[in-house]
Amino acid sequence: MSLLHWAILAPFIMAVFVPFLRKKAATIHTGWFVLILPVVLFGIFLQYLPVTMNNSSIIQTASWIPSLGINFTAYVDGLSLLFVLLITGIGALVVLYSIYYLSKTKESLHHFYVYLLMFMGAMLGVVLSDNVVTLYMFWEFTSISSFLLIAYWYNRDRSRYGAMKSMLITVFGGLMMLGGFLVLSIMGDTFSIRELAAQAPELNNHPLFLLAMILVLLGAFTKSAQFPFYIWLPDAMEAPTPVSAYLHSATMVKAGIYLVARFSPIFAFSGYWFWIVGAVGLFTMLWASFNAVKQTDLKGILAFSTVSQLGLIMSLLGVGAASLHFESLDDNIFTTAVIAAVFHLINHATFKGSLFMVVGIIDHETGTRDIRRLGGLMSLMPVTFTLSIIGAFSMAGLPPFNGFLSKEMFFLSMIQLMELNLFNVETWAVLFPVMAWIGSVFTFIYSMIIVFKVFTGKFQPEKLEKKPHEAPVGLLVSPSILAVLVAVFGLFPNLLSYSLIQPAAAAIVPSIIPPGEHLDVHISFWHGFSPELWMTIGVITVGILLYKFMPKWTGIYDYFPGKVTLNQFYNSGLYAAERGSNAITNAYMTGFIRSYLVYIFAFFIAALGFAIWAKDAFRYDASAAAPIGLYEVSLIFVLLAATITILLAKSRLTSIIALGAVGYTVSLFFVIFRAPDLALTQLVIETVSTALFLLCFYHLPKLSRHEEKRRFQAGNAIIAAGVGIIVTLIGISAHSSKLFASINEYYIENTYKKAGGENMVNVILVDFRGFDTLFEIAVLSVAALGIYGLIKLRLEKGGETNENE
Amino acid sequence: MIEAVLQISLVVLAAAMIGLVYRLVKGPTVPDRVVALDAMGVNLVSITAVLSMLLDTSNYLEVILLIGILAFIGTVAFAKFLEKGEVVEYDRDQ
Repeated sequence: MSLLHWAILAPFIMAVFVPFLRKKAATIHTGWFVLILPVVLFGIFLQYLPVTMNNSSIIQTASWIPSLGINFTAYVDGLSLLFVLLITGIGALVVLYSIYYLSKTKESLHHFYVYLLMFMGAMLGVVLSDNVVTLYMFWEFTSISSFLLIAYWYNRDRSRYGAMKSMLITVFGGLMMLGGFLVLSIMGDTFSIRELAAQAPELNNHPLFLLAMILVLLGAFTKSAQFPFYIWLPDAMEAPTPVSAYLHSATMVKAGIYLVARFSPIFAFSGYWFWIVGAVGLFTMLWASFNAVKQTDLKGILAFSTVSQLGLIMSLLGVGAASLHFESLDDNIFTTAVIAAVFHLINHATFKGSLFMVVGIIDHETGTRDIRRLGGLMSLMPVTFTLSIIGAFSMAGLPPFNGFLSKEMFFLSMIQLMELNLFNVETWAVLFPVMAWIGSVFTFIYSMIIVFKVFTGKFQPEKLEKKPHEAPVGLLVSPSILAVLVAVFGLFPNLLSYSLIQPAAAAIVPSIIPPGEHLDVHISFWHGFSPELWMTIGVITVGILLYKFMPKWTGIYDYFPGKVTLNQFYNSGLYAAERGSNAITNAYMTGFIRSYLVYIFAFFIAALGFAIWAKDAFRYDASAAAPIGLYEVSLIFVLLAATITILLAKSRLTSIIALGAVGYTVSLFFVIFRAPDLALTQLVIETVSTALFLLCFYHLPKLSRHEEKRRFQAGNAIIAAGVGIIVTLIGISAHSSKLFASINEYYIENTYKKAGGENMVNVILVDFRGFDTLFEIAVLSVAALGIYGLIKLRLEKGGETNENE
Repeated sequence: MIEAVLQISLVVLAAAMIGLVYRLVKGPTVPDRVVALDAMGVNLVSITAVLSMLLDTSNYLEVILLIGILAFIGTVAFAKFLEKGEVVEYDRDQ
């Protein structure tokens, strides 16, 4: 356990103490104590920056289950450090924001911070784990803590619905991912991601390669809300706004991005990876940005915009895989895509975090998030307005903010695809920049909606629950810091180039970088009149036009039938699954013991019959058979006659008497086959049980005491005959194939010599194998006690004992 | 000689048994069946005795006595059941 491990576990340890802090220091907002931790962690992890800038990495291993090869291996390289800084940095800002957002008295703060710390620790574990099993463990921790955080206001119906939905979808993906990890570890015979990446070329030719890739991608796509799994994210907006800002914009949804980036060195050489990741990402971007425009809830818009931006990053990671197919680094244009992905990842975390916080402020100060009720807040909330302008303009991709730069690089990567002559891209290549461009136009429109529908236009105080005013300073600090970062990264992008972006990009595509060299990351603000600039100008022009004439064309959303949405599909799917399994269960769990006996016996016949047939196990060998005497035959006829009488009897009494006759005949068989002890016992037991049957017969209730013949049912007859035939066949086969001699010689020799008895049956019962007898006695005692208890101990409906009736 | 006689008597007893079973199956009333069962018990005693002579063993003498007792008890129990509807009555003092 090194400092690194303690840093990962620190949030979990802190979470244990949060309830005590809440109780013992009730006058101080619990958040202040919690705030210390992410700040300290951020400071600790900043110290690793010089290490990763040199493209080196740190590995610390702590044994967990060494015998299975599962160790808690923490691995810091450029990619994980980037994520760690995002998690702790934005974590600190979110905690600070939540101190002012959540009321000290009305909310159960200890729950909130326990869940949040659990999530933070889990997220650190995800991005720092080198072992896939530990990675999976932390991955599920993020799902669980996210579930808890979404349902923080658990008395609301929508919160619980959203929490369950996100749980079902992300856990489904998590389990698929576990499958992928296991397949990978079978292929590579190791759990370590680095060691797997080292043998990537061999894994590429493995027959299980595609299966592993699809399973891992399912995990990544569900977590990162890609098409068609994005549906949980808009419903997760029922969580408190700090949670939405932290989990559902900056960290958890990027876990899938992290996974794709982390496994790029293993999978990315394959053409499937390029197509699946690139196409799904791009389509998600287009689809979600298109849908974001029709939302009326501010958080709904932001949720869809998050999905869309994640799709953008995902598509860049997919397209960046093309860079692996080039030999030299100098003319490798596709590394731009990887760099753009990393850059946009940072940018998105900053501007989306601040936008969520801005929406939280608007909600907090006006009482609503509905854009139809908001308007004209510009003069009332000037600071919030400024922050939202910075965030939204950056999201739209306008200069001078950082979104502009990454959007330009996004366009550039998509245009460059047209030059690619791999994976049959040629015919479809033109679609990539077109889809990217259309998606960006919609992004521009919804970004403008966030700013102008809320802050300009007519002020409608009568529709608001509170009198709006500027937020307190504390609430504004966190979004301000993020907004400043948005502007700073926009104006001086090269602050990030070699400190964060280059090491992270190098970790995504390590195989193309020769030792001792660096990727050339120079993000220039102005690079002449290139095609991507014209595309941006086009986005702005068309976007402004479409925004101006929005009422004219938003009617097209009505053409989308409500019945074929993915949400509808999810809901009816759940409903159908529940109803279907109910129907199936009700169909065979009839509640009648008769049906269950039919299943049991039918299975008995099928299984044993199949075994006899498949193994050709039937034998008939009469050589060991004894001669049959006349009296055996006549006894058999007696037995048969009595048995048939039981089946065909009209009255129960006849059946009971016939059963007694069967029992006596069996005892006569014992006599013939020379078993006097068995015959004695059988006679007594038969008499007693016949008497007991008579007792039961007498106590049958009057109403249903019909003396009628049993109804004949063909199914029952077939099953009964089947069981009889199968058992007979098995008996004959078993008797015909004796494999070794009996051990009875030993007993015959030693009954008198060693045990001092002459009755061999009794000596076996109490001496050679007395243990069985002991427990037979126990069985009889239990039966007697049970009967006594059943008769005497009667619990009435009220629960009182009635012992002396 | 004696063996042949024993064999013949066994067959005769078995035939008697089949006749009793016929009565047991056919009825027509319950007492008919009970009497048939009782007679079967006595028949069993004879068969067991003949068998133990055939097998040349004295191990079945207990069985013979037991069948005698049980056949009696069983018949009495059935008779009481048919008469009163129950086998063991509750104590009247309670």
